[in-house]
Amino acid sequence: MPKSYSDLLREARTKVREVTAADVDVLRARGGLTIVDVREDSERAQGYMPGSVHISKSYIEGQIEAAIPDRNQPVVLYCAGGVRSLFAAATLQELGYADVASMAGGFQAWKSGGYAWTAPVNLTAEQKQRYSRHLLIPEVGTDGQKKLLDSKVLLIGAGGLGSPAALYLAAAGVGTIGLVDFDIVDLSNLQRQVIHTTDRIGEKKVESARKAINALNPDVKVIAHEEMLLPDNVERLIAGYDVVLDGTDTFETRYLLNDAAVAANIPVVHASVFRFEGQLTVFQPYKGPCYRCLYPAPPPPELAPGCSVAGVLGVVPGIMGLLQSLEVLKLLIGMGDTLAGRLLLFDALDTTFTELRLKRDQSCPVCSDAAQAARAAGKPLPVPNFGSDAFVLGGPLGGAS
Amino acid sequence: MSTVWIPQVLRASVGGAKTIDVPGATVGALITALVAQHPTLHSQLLTDEGELNRFVNVYVNGQDVRYLGGLETAVEDRDEVRLLPAMAGGAA
Repeated sequence: MPKSYSDLLREARTKVREVTAADVDVLRARGGLTIVDVREDSERAQGYMPGSVHISKSYIEGQIEAAIPDRNQPVVLYCAGGVRSLFAAATLQELGYADVASMAGGFQAWKSGGYAWTAPVNLTAEQKQRYSRHLLIPEVGTDGQKKLLDSKVLLIGAGGLGSPAALYLAAAGVGTIGLVDFDIVDLSNLQRQVIHTTDRIGEKKVESARKAINALNPDVKVIAHEEMLLPDNVERLIAGYDVVLDGTDTFETRYLLNDAAVAANIPVVHASVFRFEGQLTVFQPYKGPCYRCLYPAPPPPELAPGCSVAGVLGVVPGIMGLLQSLEVLKLLIGMGDTLAGRLLLFDALDTTFTELRLKRDQSCPVCSDAAQAARAAGKPLPVPNFGSDAFVLGGPLGGAS
Repeated sequence: MSTVWIPQVLRASVGGAKTIDVPGATVGALITALVAQHPTLHSQLLTDEGELNRFVNVYVNGQDVRYLGGLETAVEDRDEVRLLPAMAGGAA
């Protein structure tokens, strides 16, 4: 005999455990619970339970295994009123999920019970299309994309490292990109500084980069700082940024940036290159070492020539700059494990990556606990000053080219 | 014998070699043997007092010897020793 809707509903109620909004609030506070929102996109866009995974009921069979691989994982499903989630929960049981419940009364009961819910993050139709490949990744999604759009990243140098990084960060939708560079585009830059073009030779690098970024993604606001990073402007330049990408070319600037970024508690994604080699790490203040922990003193100039003296294979800063932008995105979204505490070495001739462990130096004059306490007390520890001419190599290396 | 990895910036001082096998039971002994073979490395790796320069890090199997035993850090056969000076290049 054919069954009616109410027959099916009654059957589902006998099979599926129902929990109240109050129960779910207790369970989620305890942790270890996965909450699945089975409503449609248009309903979720009006608000949802914090931390819930969104799989619309129409896709539940096809997508649940990828979202919840462990069939013993406790799961609560909700919809708007508690009916669709009941049927979806019955489906999950058929798929072998052992601990499934449906939230009675759905999101309406949750909201009217006064429990926390997340106001929707609304991307424009154009943004949904532009970032669709990000939105498809659960680790990024709409929330992650919104974080990127609200983020501010400062690039010190629009050169070999900064060029590829700026392009990909712009493409990814980082909302504000600051560029510190006082140089102009030169023909010899174009072998690797891919943000600039032949017809912009002679232009200021920050303006050339602004054109490329705006052409790629008009969502991005570019703040051009056409100046050299110096002791008297470093604090002002980095203030308000979420992450700094270090693409400088001198030790003087690297130490200067390090000290100011640690004091301001801003992570620095660091890379340096030499011919076929690169070094990369993340200096996350107080969570890992800083640049002074890694290298307490700079080498003499003859031991550390910059690229304009020693040369560099153009793709090497390209690869390192893109790895930097990867670390920036991870820091901004809060996903994965960054390179904080690890130094990644790249050898382009062998195509090998090597990882070394880094530690915070407990005697570091900048980031040790003692240094932090001294700074908080208004009496910073003395720091070796590497700002002499000794670190400026022959030629117009500047700070950020 | 331990294998010492020579970074590009120091290879001119060792005839272009990428790795060099040297004998020694400690990091200090390895570096002494290396410098004996390639005297121009001395000023690049060591201070006049024979200490490691502060801009050169030495790693044994991925660990910084500053947090192990410094130049006294023991090394065994087939340990991988890396010399790593600071690099400035941002591709100007």
